[in-house]
Amino acid sequence: MTTEVGTETDVKKEPEKVQEDQQQTDQPDQTSDGDAPANTEEHQQGSQSAEAPTEQEESPEPRSPTPAGEQKKEKGISRFLPPWLKRQKSQSQEKESESAAADVKDGEQEEKGTKEKSEDQPAEVKEVTGEKSKTEEVQVEEKDREEQKSVGSADTQPVREETEGEPDENHKQQVNARETPSKLTKKMKMVVCHVTLLDGSQFTCDVEKRAKGQYLFFEVCKHLNLMEKDYFSLSFKDSADQRCWLDPTKEIKRQIRNSQWQFAFSVKFYPPDPSLLTEDITRYLLCLQLRQDIASGRLPCSFVTHALLGSYALQAELGDYDTEEQRVDYIADFQFAPNQTKELEEKVVELHKSHRGMTPAQADIQFLENAKKLSMYGVDLHHAKDSDGVDIMLGVCANGLLIYKDRLRINRFAWPKILKISYKRSNFYIKIRPGETEQFESSVGFKLPNHRAAKRVWKVCVEHHTFFRLTSPEQPTKTKFLTLGSKFRYSGRTQAQTRQASTLIDRPAPYFERTSSKRISRSLDGAPVVNVAGGDSMGVGENGPTLELNSDNKVVDVEKPSVDVDTSVSEQTATHVADSAVIKSKLRVQGENIYVRHSNLMLEDLDKTQEDVLKHQASISELKRSFMEATPEPRPSQWEKRLTGSPATTLRLQVSGSSEVIPDVNGQMEVVEVLEETVVIEEVVKARPKSPAPDVTTESGTAPEVKEEQSLSSDSESEDEAEYHGQTPSASFCVQQIKEEPEEEEAELNQQALPLDAEPQPIREPESSAKEEESSSAQPDEDISTEEVSMTPDEAPNGHVLDTEDLPATEGEEPHIVNGNVSRVETERLPQVICCSEPPVVKTEMVTISDTFAAQKTEISTKEVPIVHTETKTITYEAAQLDGNGDGEPGVLMTAQTITSESLCTTTTTHITKTLKGGLSETRIEKRIVITGDSDIDHDQALAQAIKEAKEQHPDMSVTRVVVHKETELAEDED
Amino acid sequence: MAELLAGFGCYTHAVVRAVPRSLATQALRSGNLEVDPLKVQQEQEYYVSVLTQRLGLEVIELPADETQPDCVFVEDAAVVCENTALITRPGAESRRGEAEAMKRALTELDLNIVEMTDETATLDGGDVLFTGREFFVGLSKRTNQRGAEILADTFKDYSVSTVPVLQGFHLKSFCSMAGPDLIAIGSSEAAQKTLKIMQQMSDHKYDKLTLPDDLAANCIYMNLPNKGHVLLHCTPEEFPESAKVFEKLKDHMLIPVSNEEKGKVDGALTCCSVLINKKSKI
Repeated sequence: MTTEVGTETDVKKEPEKVQEDQQQTDQPDQTSDGDAPANTEEHQQGSQSAEAPTEQEESPEPRSPTPAGEQKKEKGISRFLPPWLKRQKSQSQEKESESAAADVKDGEQEEKGTKEKSEDQPAEVKEVTGEKSKTEEVQVEEKDREEQKSVGSADTQPVREETEGEPDENHKQQVNARETPSKLTKKMKMVVCHVTLLDGSQFTCDVEKRAKGQYLFFEVCKHLNLMEKDYFSLSFKDSADQRCWLDPTKEIKRQIRNSQWQFAFSVKFYPPDPSLLTEDITRYLLCLQLRQDIASGRLPCSFVTHALLGSYALQAELGDYDTEEQRVDYIADFQFAPNQTKELEEKVVELHKSHRGMTPAQADIQFLENAKKLSMYGVDLHHAKDSDGVDIMLGVCANGLLIYKDRLRINRFAWPKILKISYKRSNFYIKIRPGETEQFESSVGFKLPNHRAAKRVWKVCVEHHTFFRLTSPEQPTKTKFLTLGSKFRYSGRTQAQTRQASTLIDRPAPYFERTSSKRISRSLDGAPVVNVAGGDSMGVGENGPTLELNSDNKVVDVEKPSVDVDTSVSEQTATHVADSAVIKSKLRVQGENIYVRHSNLMLEDLDKTQEDVLKHQASISELKRSFMEATPEPRPSQWEKRLTGSPATTLRLQVSGSSEVIPDVNGQMEVVEVLEETVVIEEVVKARPKSPAPDVTTESGTAPEVKEEQSLSSDSESEDEAEYHGQTPSASFCVQQIKEEPEEEEAELNQQALPLDAEPQPIREPESSAKEEESSSAQPDEDISTEEVSMTPDEAPNGHVLDTEDLPATEGEEPHIVNGNVSRVETERLPQVICCSEPPVVKTEMVTISDTFAAQKTEISTKEVPIVHTETKTITYEAAQLDGNGDGEPGVLMTAQTITSESLCTTTTTHITKTLKGGLSETRIEKRIVITGDSDIDHDQALAQAIKEAKEQHPDMSVTRVVVHKETELAEDED
Repeated sequence: MAELLAGFGCYTHAVVRAVPRSLATQALRSGNLEVDPLKVQQEQEYYVSVLTQRLGLEVIELPADETQPDCVFVEDAAVVCENTALITRPGAESRRGEAEAMKRALTELDLNIVEMTDETATLDGGDVLFTGREFFVGLSKRTNQRGAEILADTFKDYSVSTVPVLQGFHLKSFCSMAGPDLIAIGSSEAAQKTLKIMQQMSDHKYDKLTLPDDLAANCIYMNLPNKGHVLLHCTPEEFPESAKVFEKLKDHMLIPVSNEEKGKVDGALTCCSVLINKKSKI
């Protein structure tokens, strides 16, 4: 893809550049668009009907003179052929690339392609129109185009818009996962971003108005030649002049709102041990940050330390002390301390003399070795008040949350001690894991100056927890990813992952200039445009590409998880290791795309409880609950395995270190049990059959709707609150849910999330057509079995993907039943999507029942009753959480401990009914069967039995997914 | 700092003070014990001889001040870390005068002197535990929050955490450093609880050496050239069980030092000296 796209971009770039020169700012959008977006437009245009031509003609007129001229030129050229040829090539390339890269695109795209092919001339015309439209857009651009629907497209062909609109959204969303901002069609405007670098210089970059934070960040990193970028981030000042981190997964524009496009590149996660950084350039940048921190007083240190650090800075910048040329005032340009005295400068010089022979890199290392020991190193401080109204400071750092009163540390909550982080309005809460002698967790609340401040602290906590605490390769990413419902998650790599990635850096140490020389020499202007173009080409802008991206993401995700799994496995569960190892090996292959990971996480999460979530079906409440429950679940994703030889084999098995989950929740550590969770999800048959193609569209459409629902529910439930459950029980694993409030943001997130889901599907489709999406469609039982089976082998690497993939195929095959839910469908969209009904009980011999969730949240019911409505309890529980208090819920969790080693089987049934667009609703039944017992139980057999029974109980439904989650509890201590 | 951390326990100088005769009768004490002035004198002489002759430290011995019966417990008057000395404002009003002589002595040693002038602040050096990585300040009858804040301001490189002193006199009445990252701690419930708090407050994990007797947990660790790990600790006569625990430390040069009489007026081993490392130049 990239290469091909690149060619296109090149072609387009030239004309665009010309335009830019003439027109400047607004028009630059075209350039950016030109890369990827152009392709999309082309497709659209190609598909467009004859109307297009007329519009084209019209469009030229409206154009402003300058652009018109250029465009006209292009048109003329295009008419003459060369341009057209080029474009056609580009299209074809795109198509090919897309198909090749991502499996196959959606039927829509294909259709488009066919249309284009079939209509050669029209296609040309269309293209022309596209250009015209572009020009128009340029003019129009000033008017904000809210949606991707390009003006041109809108003008020309409404029909297309519809079809395209969905894909676009998907793309966008998908894109979100990645950096590519370019996907948006030409319509986007370009904006000039100013980034203040750590050496004080300015980096200017043209960015599409709708670009994600990631795009800009990568541009900056590219400019800096920085590879170990995960420690860094971009920040901006909000209207209240508070520093906010730019979320890489969200549009810049939405984050900065009315603020200026002015950013600062800075260290976000201070590596506790800088000597472990791979590259000198990374250390250098960290040094620059620390120098700033010290000079500004943010990082307090003693006189002696000021002098020592200053002397290393001098050595790094200037080299050896030169007795002849350097006078005392040679350091006048340097600021070593907030209040720099002559005495300090003299001390600095004195020490500088002693560093003779030290290379700049060595000086940096010495600098960092000293700086890292400072007590406030890497501590992000936030003003707050305690419950008594006393002024305190909250310090978020690598190890946890520090509480300061004045300069004194009065408390500290290490990440392992924190069960949940949440905020509600202007309050920030942490729920503390019960101590050895305590039975219930306690919550501590802090009052922040305002809601935004509370959210800011919460976010920083979530990010730091994820980055540092999830060190174990296990699931940092997954955890971060969270679920759809959660608005916020840390999307980057964890420290462990970034370290691992760093080990793969294979390049000669990059040359870089240090500040003194840098300031003089660097002129960053002009480059931005080029950069943008390059970025676009890489980013891939069109629908097709987006899909591919999605697929990529998935794959990547899978891979990463696998990696995580490996490590985690090694660390945690010995039992499952062997099984997982096999799977892992497959999964690992993929590499290291960070973004992908996220998607993986989501997918993985889906497998279990999160399946619901992923599908959009889950409302926020569900998400929350899933979280709670999920704690265990997320892990499984990583652990996905397949059982071999057993009937279950077909099923995916997820093995998660139960130890993590349960212990976290309950803080129980001693129980060593092997829990198997089987989640059987049956989807109800859809009432309305749809044609396959329509289905596809519907699904996409539905997805967004679902999102909306979620957002609504979330809004209703908690606008100003968010929760994050960090479960640190096992060192490796932390599950966190984040609930967020802001409606706007939520909407965005949801959308993104949906796209992600959608994305995976397309990719998979090619592979296994038979599969359906869990959420959208129900499949016949037969399909189910087959699907699962098929998936297992192929998908094993991608485990999560399977689900998604299923969707397309199944959809096409089967009519979509809108709501043909089983009779039970009781629930409409409640905020809590989950409704409990008498479960089609899966009866097993085992008497005792416990929910996975139950273990954590609710008491475990005992006795043979197969049917346990644990969910209800769960829901309740969630609701409590929703309230945002971390407080009240006492540890029902303890019950988990009560589970004895005997074999127990619990079934939980969840019915989820979604309302899709068009008023259709679908019901999904999720059964959760928990088999508890010693390792000597034949889990496979029990599982097979359970599935069989489930099928028998709901002949009208299809089993979409079976997830086996194995948990082995390990006794772990946090801390 | 890095070097300093590595050099935890390195000392070159010690400031001590002679025992005033008034100690036996007028020194503050939590118990109601009778003190034998002669024995106190002997203990102090032995203590100083260990520092000078056995360990080779340069010892500055300040003359006794009869108006300051507690003046032998110099630790409370100053907190020295690296090149900076914080002259404290002891919690007991009768002891405020002790700081003057200490200030003079430390000034002569060319340390950066910081005085605690805030009249709302109180701090006894015996409530300050420096681990080499951070400070713990015990909030006790003698030390308050404000005093701890000033200490935090004085030693900015280090985190300063406050911990409650639930029982006992000073924080260091039941704990001290027995080695790098090794905290000696008494086995009383209060001591253990305080240790837990310290562990929770710290980003660093410390090893602990639990001693049957709280008072025995006050020992003096040094890391001296040519001598390695040195530990001055209680004698078997005072605390036989605790002494056995110390004797298990194979890597340390163990020097039992009697503190029986001084202990009657709440004096501990660490109380009788202020240790300084003048080699830590910068």
